Amino acid sequence: MVSFALPRNSRVKPGKSHKAPAGAKNVKEFHIYRYDPDKKSNPTLDIFEVDLDSIGPMVLDALIKIKDEMDPTLTFRRSCREGICGSCAMCIDGLNTLSCLKPIADIKGPVKIYPLPHLEVVKDLVCDLTHLYAQYNSIQPWMKTTTPMPKKERLQSPEERDKLDGLWECILCFCCATSCPSYWWNSHRYLGPAILLQAARWVQDSRDEALGERIDDLEDPFKLYRCHTILNCTKACPKGLNPAKAIADLKILVMERSI
Amino acid sequence: MAKMQSSLRSALALGSAKDGVHHWWLERISAIALIPLTLWFIVGVIGVVGADYATFSAWLAKPWNAGLLICFIAAAFLHGKMGMEVIIEDYVEPRSVQMMVKVFVNLMAFALGIISVVSVLIVAVRG
Repeated sequence: MVSFALPRNSRVKPGKSHKAPAGAKNVKEFHIYRYDPDKKSNPTLDIFEVDLDSIGPMVLDALIKIKDEMDPTLTFRRSCREGICGSCAMCIDGLNTLSCLKPIADIKGPVKIYPLPHLEVVKDLVCDLTHLYAQYNSIQPWMKTTTPMPKKERLQSPEERDKLDGLWECILCFCCATSCPSYWWNSHRYLGPAILLQAARWVQDSRDEALGERIDDLEDPFKLYRCHTILNCTKACPKGLNPAKAIADLKILVMERSI
Repeated sequence: MAKMQSSLRSALALGSAKDGVHHWWLERISAIALIPLTLWFIVGVIGVVGADYATFSAWLAKPWNAGLLICFIAAAFLHGKMGMEVIIEDYVEPRSVQMMVKVFVNLMAFALGIISVVSVLIVAVRG
């Protein structure tokens, strides 16, 4: 549902300040959203001064430095540090992206880091992704076939395989879904760009034999048609994919079948 | 009510309505139709600006003018109603209020559309 202001207990208050070590020359401020569910108090915005000469070039490098040396309670997800696992998705400098792929040098002024928007915060930069994973589960992201298993493999021509490009690369970081206003307002029913791109990945797969069923399940005023081509998804995608195009192609398929 | 249902059950909810494409399609068709119709309407109205009633009713009595004006009214009310429905679904909660507002918008669009078309016919036929 639409909410134009944050609930009272979600308003962000000023937090602690952590100074850079003496003698640091290349200092950058990081303003980081902090929320501790055990404290039962409002979230705060803590300021950390980091010496950029002591770390790598990406925002994730700074977060790891802060956790290691300034405040071990800072909580965030990360794993591969090279944009393939999708764990470190967060809102950096106003845009959802992967902190491991975001160069600090791209950001003017203090680096503002918040969790992904409009999800429940578990702690600090960690959000609850349960509903997104359940929605992913709901589109049955596996190959469905009736034809018995061939002796070797299910064949696909190079042209048919090309149709999956731009879809299979999605790493489910949910930067797109959580940047979509339509998903903010109606996430309980709208599948959102991430899940629809995944649905398109199976719809477009020439080896899958449940195309009609899949389209049946998608054709719904909320599941699919809440997409109003806002294009925040495409702007946010740290992998350079185009979820809006995948959704448009789905709409065209539904149209081809009915009209 | 305490909820113990699985996250998949909440995501699946009532399932697909297996509907939506016609609304989406008609919204686009009416939008496309409105491009030439609006241009015609503007040009047509400019042509009779400042005219007296007799000149205007003679203009409207021509089948092309009356017909296109009725098409314009129908497309505009249809498109406006469909756009409003989407906005209401996006922004109005709870669901009971959402449904009432949608019904109200539908009835209003229908009534105002009919009144507009009848007005055109009366002026065109009776002069």
